[in-house]
Amino acid sequence: MSTIQPVAGQDEQHPDVALVERVRAGDVAAYDTLVRKYERQIFRIAQHITQNREDAEDVMQDAFLKAYEKLDQFRGNSKFYTWLVRIAVNESLMRLRKRRTGKLVSMDEDVQTDEGSVPRDFADWAPNPEQNYTQAELAGILRKTIQGLPQGFRVVFALRDVEGLSTEETAETLGLSVPAVKSRLLRARLQLRERLTRYFGRKSPAIAQAAAAPDGDGAEA
Amino acid sequence: MTCTEFLKILDDVIDESIAVETRTEIELHLRKCGHCEVVLNTTRKTIEIFRRHEIYEVPTEVSERLHSAIMEKCKKVR
Repeated sequence: MSTIQPVAGQDEQHPDVALVERVRAGDVAAYDTLVRKYERQIFRIAQHITQNREDAEDVMQDAFLKAYEKLDQFRGNSKFYTWLVRIAVNESLMRLRKRRTGKLVSMDEDVQTDEGSVPRDFADWAPNPEQNYTQAELAGILRKTIQGLPQGFRVVFALRDVEGLSTEETAETLGLSVPAVKSRLLRARLQLRERLTRYFGRKSPAIAQAAAAPDGDGAEA
Repeated sequence: MTCTEFLKILDDVIDESIAVETRTEIELHLRKCGHCEVVLNTTRKTIEIFRRHEIYEVPTEVSERLHSAIMEKCKKVR
């Protein structure tokens, strides 16, 4: 006979919550475990927002330190990871503000543009387009592509699609409404798709020739 | 269903949060519209590619240095 299984996430305590409790009780090694678990993600998020390696390193350190100091404010009913991401996003924005002194930095920057949100290039992609590039080349293409997005789109895409937060968590983390996150996500995805099609799309002979020409890069104009 | 209507719900199609009754409409549209089919498939691939590839790789020594710095600072706090 089958037994009734508890629904995961409802009755079971998330492993992070147990670790947080141990840290609160003075066990620093438990915090070490949490840092190791999330440092890569936090670094990536900071890099997505600040677009600067040094800033991302500083943000990562500051975010983990701040989370440690504020651990008493963490409520066990929200996910530790989402809480940590929120701290990292705020730290990243603060870092940007410092860099561009006097200039307001917000998640609403440049989001009014509709450019690239309407698909124009309908070339299909090769089955495994990544195979035509080395790992380093591919990383370069992806970086260049995502860095071209307005910040408000880039961060939504990074949190929702790359780091795997839900739409609701992304909204909460960025202080945006759910419809705003959905609208930005759609436009971010479409803009990235459009840009990647330039690299991965199967070109018709005429387009391939133009792309191979020395000034064939000007497709964006 | 028109292309514009399809594009509006593209995210829901990708995230598989589409009502059963709309699914048939979508399938019918995709069967006759090659452009929307390409947009759907390549948008899915776009997300997959960004998920699969680490674009901001951190060298182990940098990661270790940052990790030690964080833990050292934390130990000073309490």
